[in-house]
Amino acid sequence: MARLSRRKRKAQEAQLAEQGYISRSQAQMIWQAFRRHRVGNVGTLIVILFFVAAVLAQFIGPYHYSEQFRRHSYSPPSTIHWRDDDGSLSRPYVYNTERTIVDYRGVFAEDTSKKYYLQFFVSGGSEHNLFGFINTTVHLFSARAEDGTEAPVFLFGTDKLGRDLFTRCLVGSWVSLAVGPLVILISFPLGILLGGVSGYYGGGVDMFIQRACEVMLAIPGLPILMAMGAALRGFGLSAMMVFLGVILALAIISWGGLARIIRGQVLAIREMDFVTAARAAGATDLRIVIRHIIPNVTSYLVVSATLTIPGMMLTEAALSFLGYGIQEPMTSWGQLLSVATNIGSMELYPWVLIPGAFIVVAVLAFNFMGDALRDAVDPYSIV
Amino acid sequence: MPHLALFFHKKAGMLTYIIRRTLYMLPLLLIVSLISFTLVKIMPGDFLTLARLDPQVTEETLQQQIERFGLDKPFLFQYWSWLKNILLHGDFGFSFVTKMPVYKTLFLGNKLQWTIFIALSTLILQYLFAIPIGIYSATHQYKPSDHIVTFFGFLGLSIPNFFFALVLLWILVVLFKVGNHGLSVGGVMDLKYYTMGWSWAKIVNIMWHMWPVWVVIGTSGMAGLIRLMRGNLLDTLSLPYVQTARAKGLTERVVVYKHAVRNAINPLVTILGLSLPNLVAGSIVTAIVLNLPTVGRSYFSALQRQDENVVMAGLLFFSLFLLLGNLLADFLLAWVDPRIRYD
Repeated sequence: MARLSRRKRKAQEAQLAEQGYISRSQAQMIWQAFRRHRVGNVGTLIVILFFVAAVLAQFIGPYHYSEQFRRHSYSPPSTIHWRDDDGSLSRPYVYNTERTIVDYRGVFAEDTSKKYYLQFFVSGGSEHNLFGFINTTVHLFSARAEDGTEAPVFLFGTDKLGRDLFTRCLVGSWVSLAVGPLVILISFPLGILLGGVSGYYGGGVDMFIQRACEVMLAIPGLPILMAMGAALRGFGLSAMMVFLGVILALAIISWGGLARIIRGQVLAIREMDFVTAARAAGATDLRIVIRHIIPNVTSYLVVSATLTIPGMMLTEAALSFLGYGIQEPMTSWGQLLSVATNIGSMELYPWVLIPGAFIVVAVLAFNFMGDALRDAVDPYSIV
Repeated sequence: MPHLALFFHKKAGMLTYIIRRTLYMLPLLLIVSLISFTLVKIMPGDFLTLARLDPQVTEETLQQQIERFGLDKPFLFQYWSWLKNILLHGDFGFSFVTKMPVYKTLFLGNKLQWTIFIALSTLILQYLFAIPIGIYSATHQYKPSDHIVTFFGFLGLSIPNFFFALVLLWILVVLFKVGNHGLSVGGVMDLKYYTMGWSWAKIVNIMWHMWPVWVVIGTSGMAGLIRLMRGNLLDTLSLPYVQTARAKGLTERVVVYKHAVRNAINPLVTILGLSLPNLVAGSIVTAIVLNLPTVGRSYFSALQRQDENVVMAGLLFFSLFLLLGNLLADFLLAWVDPRIRYD
């Protein structure tokens, strides 16, 4: 059947609407089903917010992510005051803090002689590159006294080197959020290609690819990733290369399962009447795969991708936590948590656990988004 | 016992199938062994790098080790001699760190038993909780309670095990200060009990140490099980035979538990085999944070000290577990599903 032009389709729809019918395209139906899944919508919103925050990380964060405040090592989160000395409401302000050693540990005391008011959209901070092309020193906020002097604000406290954890959480999201999509970018084409070829052609190729899949599925994921991480670390590569290596390692060990499922789907679709019809009409293999088979597995792929991302984020976090993932000076949420290895440091500096909350919220949001998508693309679910 | 008669009827076919599958594990293990060997060998430095710095290790021992493992020989030769020792003598070599045989290093302090105990007990608890919750969720579809259950399931899935373990540690030690009440956290029991014989107090102590482990590892797989149970039961409940049962005037309880659940539970039995290796590998990070005596933790410390032989044997161990789990899954599927034939 020839495709109707947009104008003709509109006219047809209008005619049907007059008779009391509403026509909906598949995309519209999926969108409506998706909208119905409230928690999934919230999840999607949070995912979008995370990506926006990641893009604006250096603007939202008040400092450069590797800027060290030597006098503020392991500083607790700054207290933001809302009330003046007489108890009346005031513009939010902070005090400068001074580190003294009590009982062999650093204690921060506020110097209440001068108030530093929070100011928004002020220039004069560290220089950063907004959207990759705007050089600016404007940050979302900073704390300044009336005479123009600045006091550091650490919303989430600092680490050992006195680096602002709030900024580092935002910058860490670059890696944490990028890992999933980048792994998918490699493992999905690999899995789709191998699974598709395996299912479509069968025979010796199928046999060979299936044996390869079985080997992939016999490899224990986390232990082998740890070993790969150890190898990467040992080579003394730059942080960027280690990051790419981790992504490659994750992609290599994760295509097997996908290839199997795609093969099963292709096997089933290959026998369908519409494929036989297409072949009878003289369609080439390539055309059958692209026009008839791929559209039938797309919805599965989209859902699978959305649900693979949180899994990859968790694996990356675990690897980086153990020290076999992302290396300094790059950072990710898991890598930020790697300082919390003993109960002593967690007792003294509980704020180092904050990056974990980012992982939980992001993974949860991705899972809910994927769950809503899965329900929405399922043609058998009743809307 | 589901379909016991049928099961025995096709047992003969099953047996050959199981044997075939078991034999099939061997080439897979062989390839995994080659992969782990390659991976360990491409790591910069070897166990002798550390040993050379150790003044206690004499030049003579070094030479012995070099000859024994053929470290000056080409790669494939080294692999072959490593493999030959395993296949012919069951000898995985020596750990250079502990100076003990590899299997002893991996399993020291009943680590194998603890690993299996932790995995099995977590598995049992997971199923004990997930099945009723899944049934409840399905019979209360789209009710607020269903949504709450789903939310908590997803929450458990979304918290990284290591972070959950850290937070529990922090809550117990810093917030509740359990140390002041003479309770310790981490490990599988208080130190003094390790050398003691079995007693009621020891069991209670182990239970105290185990619950955070169960909570942390258990919750990560619960969401999947609950969703599976819920989905299957919903599918089953919409089948005509359930309608028939209702039409006969059976109570809802009988319809759900005697008619629907029995069929809906099959896939859960099948994935039991797949969950076991996941629990073994998944508990590695938790074991490191909570200081549990598991194989995963000795693998981790071996990796940190570049203890090559132990790392390679550890990888093989996890792979073996994975394959055994898959085998178990196939076996269970044949057991619960009478439609599957193996002739």
